[in-house]
This record gives sequence, C-alpha cells and structure tokens, in this order.
Amino acid sequence: MKRFKVETVVGLFLVAGFICFAYLSVKLGDLNFFGDKTYQVVASFNSISGLKEGASVEIAGVQIGKVAKVFLDTKNYEAKVELAINKGVELQEDSIASVRTAGIIGDKYIKISPGGSPMNIEPGGEIAETESAINLEELVSKYIFENK
Amino acid sequence: MLGFFEKIGDNFLYYLEQAGRMGVFLFNCLINAFKPPYKIGPIVRQIHFIGARSIFVIVFTGAFTGMVLALQGYYTLTKFGSEGFLGSAVALSLIRELGPVLASLMVIGRAGSAICAEIGIMRNSEQIDALECMAIDPHKYLMVPKFIAGVISVPLLTFVFDVVGIFGGYLVGVGLFGVNEGAFFNGMYSSVTWQDVHMGVVKSLIFGLLIIWISTSKGYFLHYERSGGFGAEGVSRNTTNAVVLSSVTILVWDYLLTAILL
Amino acid sequence: MEKDIRPAVIQLIDVEKSFKSQQVLKKVNLSILEGTTMVIVGASGQGKSVLLKHMLGLLKPDKGEVRVFGKDLAKISKKELKEVRQNYGVLFQNVALFDSMTVFDNVALPLRERTKASEKEIKANVDEKLSMMDLQGAGEKFPAQLSGGMQKRVGLARALVLNPKVVFFDEPTTGLDVSRSNEIYRLFYRTQQQLKYTAVIVSHDVPKIFKLADYVALVAKGQVQGCMSPEDFQLSDLSEIKTFVKETMGPIYSSEEEEMGFYETL
Repeated sequence: MKRFKVETVVGLFLVAGFICFAYLSVKLGDLNFFGDKTYQVVASFNSISGLKEGASVEIAGVQIGKVAKVFLDTKNYEAKVELAINKGVELQEDSIASVRTAGIIGDKYIKISPGGSPMNIEPGGEIAETESAINLEELVSKYIFENK
Repeated sequence: MLGFFEKIGDNFLYYLEQAGRMGVFLFNCLINAFKPPYKIGPIVRQIHFIGARSIFVIVFTGAFTGMVLALQGYYTLTKFGSEGFLGSAVALSLIRELGPVLASLMVIGRAGSAICAEIGIMRNSEQIDALECMAIDPHKYLMVPKFIAGVISVPLLTFVFDVVGIFGGYLVGVGLFGVNEGAFFNGMYSSVTWQDVHMGVVKSLIFGLLIIWISTSKGYFLHYERSGGFGAEGVSRNTTNAVVLSSVTILVWDYLLTAILL
Repeated sequence: MEKDIRPAVIQLIDVEKSFKSQQVLKKVNLSILEGTTMVIVGASGQGKSVLLKHMLGLLKPDKGEVRVFGKDLAKISKKELKEVRQNYGVLFQNVALFDSMTVFDNVALPLRERTKASEKEIKANVDEKLSMMDLQGAGEKFPAQLSGGMQKRVGLARALVLNPKVVFFDEPTTGLDVSRSNEIYRLFYRTQQQLKYTAVIVSHDVPKIFKLADYVALVAKGQVQGCMSPEDFQLSDLSEIKTFVKETMGPIYSSEEEEMGFYETL
C-alpha cells in the first residue's frame, strides 16, 4: 500500500476537525454565520419560574423561535423575556404568550396562541397579553386549602 | 526537628524554583511563537504526530464514551419517564465536559508522553546544548511547532470526539433502546447552546496548551530534576511524572474553567 | 619561547563555579589566542567539561568573567550571546547529532536555521563538507546507522559548516580506536589549515594530542595549573603538571635520559 504523505493526512485531519466544529457550532450551538434569520419581540410575565434562555417558542406545538434573553424589569418587578422569532412567522397584536411546561417535570417553554387582529407585532414590539407560569406547588396547596 | 523544617523549606524552594522555570519557559515559547520566521513544515509534522495520528484513538474512545453515556442515561432517565432528554444529556455531557477532558487525556497518553521523552533524550544527549551552541533557540526550533500544533490539534480532536460520541449515543439510544429519533435530535438541538460549545472550545484550547507546556518543560528541564534526571531511567521516570502531572492539571483546570465559564 | 602577541579570543578571568556545596572551579584564568590550538587536559571530574560549558555560554560563572571577543558572556543579552555563538562550532563528547534527522539534515540544520541560503546552496555546502570528511554517500543515513568514528566526522562537518571562527572539541576521540582517532586528528589538522579557526580541545588523549597543540593547559583541583607550549608542559617543574605527565605518559617521557634528550634538541 502506498503511504500517504504527511501533508495529506494532516489536511484530512484538519478538514474532519473543522467539519465536526461546524456541526457542533452551527447545528447544535445555533451560531449564525449567515446573518440573523430572526426578529426580536419582548413579553412581560409576573413569573416565568424556570424558563431558561434557549427554551423554545411554539405555536400549535411547532417551534417558531427561541428565548433569547431573560431579565428582570426593575421598575415593576416583572420578568421580561426577549423572544427571537423566526422571520416569516408573523404574530398578531392580540397574540397571547404563556409559559408552559413540557410534561410534569419537563422543560419550560413559551406557547403563543395566535390572535385574530389584522395588525401584526413589529420587530422590537411587545406581546401585551401574557400568562405566567403555572406553579404546580401553588396549585396543589390551593386545592388542599380550599377543600378544608 | 530543625532538619525537618529544613527539609520542608528545601522542598518548597525546589518546587518554587521549578514553577518559576516552567513559567519562564512558557513565556519564552509564547514570545517565540510570534517572532518570525514562521515555518509551516515543522508545524505540519507536529500536527500529524499530535493530531492526525491520534484520530483513531479519539474516534474509538469517543464512540464508546457516547455509547456508555446513552446506556447510563437511558437507565436513569426511564425511571422518570423522560427518555426524550437522552439526546441532550449525551450531547451536553460530551460537549461541556467529557469531550475536552477525555480527548486531552488521550493526547497526553499518546503524544504528551512521547514529547516529554523526546525532549528529555535530546537534553540527555546534549542535543539541546548543541542547538544552543549553534545559536538556534531551542524554544523556537523545538517547542514552538509543538505548542502551535497542540493548540490546533486538541480542540479539533475534541470536536471529533464530541461528534463521534453523539452518534455513538444515537446508536445505543435510538438503535438499541428505540428512543424516538426525532426526540433524540430535537432535544439535543434545542438544549445545546453556543455557550456550551464555546465552553468546550475554550477548555480544549487551554488543555492543549497545558499538555504541551508540561510535557515539553518536563523534558527540557530534565537535568534539574532532583531525583537525578540522567540516563534512560531518568527519562522514563520524568515521562511518567509528566503524564501524571498533566493529567492532574487537566482535571484541576477543568474544574476551575467550568467554575469560571458557567 | 617568545611572548605570543596574537589577540585573545576567549579570556577566562577568575572564574568560579559551584554546584550545590561542591566547588568545581576556583579562580580559573585562561586565555585562548586567535588562530591557535588550545588543548585542555586533566583527569576526569576536575572540571574540564564545566570549563568548556562556560566558554560556550551554557553555564554562567558564580564569580569572574568569561570574555569572548571582548564581551562578557554573563552580561550580554540573549541576542548578543546568539551573535557570539554564530562564530562557534562545537563537536560534543557524544556528538549530539539529532537522531531523528538524516546525516544531511543534521549538517544542513545550521544553514537552514541561521542563514537565508537557498536549498541549492545548502546542498552544495553540505556536500562539500561531507566530502571533506570522506562521508560521500552517507547523507541519507541516520546517525544511529553509522559507526562511532563516522558519527564524529558528521559532528565535525556540522560544526564546520558555517565556517566558524572558534571550534570546540569535547573529547573528540573517546571511544574510538587508534586508527579512527588518528583519522579524526588528520581531519582536524586538514580543516584547520583550510579554515584557519581557533580550536579548543578538551582531551584525554595524551600525549598524541600534544602534536596538534600550540598550548596545553592542565586543569586540576578546579584550577588551571599551567598553560604553556606542549614542550614546556612535558618538562614543567610544577608539581601538579609533573604528576600528570608522569601518570599519563608513563616513565618514558619523564625519565632522565629522555629529558636530557629534550634539552639537547631544544
């Protein structure tokens, strides 16, 4: 068998390594090398308990974006969430954003219920109507105490 | 009693001196890396040795690491009925932790030991003195290509390890246990963020530097070893030391970097 | 013998060096003059190699100065030290060839790393030096495939490839049989005639080495006991030198008749 040249082997190694890196960063890490394909929308919640950056945003169970940033609005102590919505998905002004849980102990995600208004939310706009996370413990204790 | 304290002081000074020497050595190597002339040939040869020839070991260990992660993960996750997380569990533990650490340990075993022995033998047989007397800086001529190759190779090997591991996990999770393929990949895609990949990249870069630093300097300062760094036995003992020291250092730095980057 | 007026290339002034508690060099003074051959002799473990390493700048003296071309090696910058070493050629005791490289690459290394010569010029130069050493055709071999004598010759070729001003030989003939060491001496003589370098030879090979020497220095008890021409050396009255001559050359040279003979010829 003919021995491969050192340069060829090294070249192959480098290419393989970079392909793996590309897979990890672009496909898994969502690193966007080719411009942003999303637009930003904010929403305020009373509580988002457990929602993480990177959680998915869904309409009818289909992922249409991600949670880009979670921070506290220090004026009125509300949780502000910045959503990165895929371009091409338009949200009506009266859409409702709610924090939901996948399964009982699953990840938190944001569910958007589309509205009927003819006006759409502009990039950078705000989803006015929101539903906070349902706190399982609160729910359970409420049930117990009400039945006393 | 006095002898005891003297010994402690002696040890302390010895290790302090050793650390100082290694620090100066690293500084010299890094400075020289940026000084012209830049020669590609030696770097390519070192990448071949450190990187390309480690690829089989990396693919092998990566695949089995991913497989065992899926096995363990599946066993644990079924208890909570959340097999859907298998993909993200495997991918996250590989990308953040196991990929950089295990790939580095493999590189230490394969290349780090060889580098230390090579430099040690060169020191022993006056080859390094010969270089110096020829007015050739051994840092530039011997070390810089290794450093550059290490910093390039270890991250690339880590990426290969991660990807192969993920598909190893896929093989066991989806192929063997019948976890939903879509759940496996979608869970993975949505839970892994650039932050995680970034952490893996930073870790593997630093590990690459650490491995080469420790292996080369251990060999380079063979003649300063207190246990008598002479002859074949000196080289072999020193190589063992280098492997142990770099492995321990990698694990300690792994903790520190995780704490910093989280 | 009249005073030599050639300028000194290397001067050691009151050089002291200790390792741990052991003092290896105690106030060593020695001058090596341009174009001469200095032979440093002495029993093993008396500091000959340490002395050599000081001249090469591999060790720094605890006290005193090592001056090469008038510059104190301990005080100059790394860059200047490099410049000084540009003029050096060294043949190490165990040759120190780079065992992962071919003979050709070994000899070519100083040219490749230190000059901007093209590959063609390098090849011409290396081939010339190799044939000077009767090593034609050995270029593709690895050092480990060569005999000890051939390795020494490769080392010599490497030391001479940049036409240095000063060449150091650390025990050039240890481990070689008589005919092989004669060959090395012959090559040494021939190359020095051609390249006119200053030579510093550390050797055990007494008395043969005296034939090549302009000056002989004896290192014993961490000091240079005397530095003189080989003829004077053999007849010296200094006790250390006398003992050394007696021990290494046997009774022939130190016997009364022989000494008388020497005086007559002088």
